[in-house]
Amino acid sequence: MAQIRISNVRKEFGDFTAVESSSFTIEDGEFFMLLGPSGCGKTTTLRMMAGLELPTSGEIFIDGEEVSQKRASQRDIAFVFQMFALYPHMNVRGNISYPLKSQGMSRPAIRAKVAEVADILGIQGILDTPVGGLSGGDRQRVALGRAVVRDPKAFFMDEPLGALDAEFRERMAEELRALHDRMGATTVYVTHDQLEAMQMGDKIVVMNHGVVEQFGVPQDIYDWPATTFVAQFIGSPPMNLLAFDGTVTPGQDRVDLDGTTIGMPPILDGRGGKLILGVRPEYVSLHDDAGLRGRVAATEYLGTTQIVTVDTGRGRVKARLPSTDAPRVGANVGLRLDPRTVTLFDAATGMALRSRANEGVLAHG
Amino acid sequence: MSSFSVTEPSGGTKWFAGILVVSYAILTLLPLLWIVATGFKTSEDAIAYPPKVLFEPSLEGYVNLLTERTRATEGMLEEAGPPRTWYEEIARDQGTVITGASRYGERFLNSVIIGFGSTALTMILGTMAAYAFSRFRVPLKDDLLFFILSTRMMPPIAVAIPIFLMFRQLGLSDTHLGMILLYTAVNLSLSVWLLKGFIDEIPREYEEAAMIDGYTRFQAFRKVVLPQAATGIASTAIFCLIFAWNEYAFAVLLTSGTAQTAPPFIPTIIGVSGKDWPAVAAGATIFLVPVMVFTILLRKHLLRGITFGAVRK
Repeated sequence: MAQIRISNVRKEFGDFTAVESSSFTIEDGEFFMLLGPSGCGKTTTLRMMAGLELPTSGEIFIDGEEVSQKRASQRDIAFVFQMFALYPHMNVRGNISYPLKSQGMSRPAIRAKVAEVADILGIQGILDTPVGGLSGGDRQRVALGRAVVRDPKAFFMDEPLGALDAEFRERMAEELRALHDRMGATTVYVTHDQLEAMQMGDKIVVMNHGVVEQFGVPQDIYDWPATTFVAQFIGSPPMNLLAFDGTVTPGQDRVDLDGTTIGMPPILDGRGGKLILGVRPEYVSLHDDAGLRGRVAATEYLGTTQIVTVDTGRGRVKARLPSTDAPRVGANVGLRLDPRTVTLFDAATGMALRSRANEGVLAHG
Repeated sequence: MSSFSVTEPSGGTKWFAGILVVSYAILTLLPLLWIVATGFKTSEDAIAYPPKVLFEPSLEGYVNLLTERTRATEGMLEEAGPPRTWYEEIARDQGTVITGASRYGERFLNSVIIGFGSTALTMILGTMAAYAFSRFRVPLKDDLLFFILSTRMMPPIAVAIPIFLMFRQLGLSDTHLGMILLYTAVNLSLSVWLLKGFIDEIPREYEEAAMIDGYTRFQAFRKVVLPQAATGIASTAIFCLIFAWNEYAFAVLLTSGTAQTAPPFIPTIIGVSGKDWPAVAAGATIFLVPVMVFTILLRKHLLRGITFGAVRK
């Protein structure tokens, strides 16, 4: 089991920079999510940690040892591929025992170890069947078995649930998390699914265009996004962003939006010009006497809650409200934003302005 | 109500396809059958007109192919005494005595050494080159691949004279090594291109998985990529062997004795004692066997898709 530290790692493919200088630390035993849209460099980052790609520059430490230029086989890690990559010319037992054979383990020891792993994963019954005819879930379990059997320092998983059907995915996500908790091994997991990342991860790194946008525990990232990209990428529906021109000075705890005063946590950085005000849909409520007004464009019923879309002079705002009473489409309503949860962004850079509320989160982002 | 299926052909289509396949098989197999049959005819039956379809089989052709004989004189027959073996008897019936084994055996062995040797070398070099082209960022990859292909843009025999001169300079004329190198050079472009296609189809994840499981890239190549490329390797090997096995023009030009293969040798049988068609046909029949056996042995690899279902696409 090991801590993994990435320090200024950078990867270029010819003229294209896949990963800009990135740094973060994965603590021992953490379930760590690399999250981002496709092409953001998350898979390349994982492959560099695994030794399937060599970084152009930078250092990677696994368990305190610098491994960035070492072969994958020398890093003592396991990798679960999206397509599983089970060896098609071997049966299930052959697949699971293959990593042990490379270590020169004796046959009886391999048999015992494979049986133990099969027991954990509940695949004792299929050990001697070829991998060709297995169901998606069983293939996933075999791929996990091949990873677990060696007791590696860390598990790397590249969208391991991506190839599964929706119903299976949920179950495998639970099994995966349970397996992790049982083994306590450091796990790095790549996904583009923000729900999956929030659900399973102890910590999340959000990447975009090869840049680490934010790094932290799911709740911090959700509540206090460091950039407008994170604000939009995480959350469904995403954070509401209202653009406005104005100036804020340190200590200021309210802004003026079209004559309406909106409260917010006291700002630490002064900034002027084009700004963006962000607030999550859960912190928007309807009040007849509120100053920020708009017309209800749509309501979506989601069971216990509903999403109400309101067109304001500053753009579209979505509110997550209890589904008890639905406002009429077309009605003119007032919107109140919870002042404790507002984040201001600089429109030019997309970076969040530091405030009393998010300074702790942004400090290690 | 009649059912309709997109994938299952209708009865009429099946019949039509069946007739087409059978007619094609007859068309291509009939000459082959004629050669095999001629090998078992006597010289008279072989040139009989109208041609004999039914005949009394004889091993005359095979005896003549595999032995050196001389026209027997009274004295020789007395000296030799009565024939001791069945093949001596066949020779006596033609008025000849056997003086020794013919060169056919050696030539056939040369064909085996050169054909299989060059095929093996082509496959070793071809799979490794194809793997490199498929997996690595090779500088000028496209240009190199085009260059390799360009060696096949004219008939190889067009460069016969330069090759002849080169071989003479290098002392490769009429050597096994020379012929193996020549056929390997000719076959390599085909094998690299074919194999690259097959290896491209194998997802990289397999060998990456193996490398993470503690194997070196070469071990991953040998134990994970090669078994999955078996289908491609088998079909490419068959193509290469057939070319090297049947090649005639270079063999005539560059070999005369030690390294002469069977194709240039078989026609020379005609001149030994008149037009001995059964012997020629017997030579051709034996010559067909190794390629047939090789193809039949590899047939299951040609038909089997072993990667089925292991990767979700």
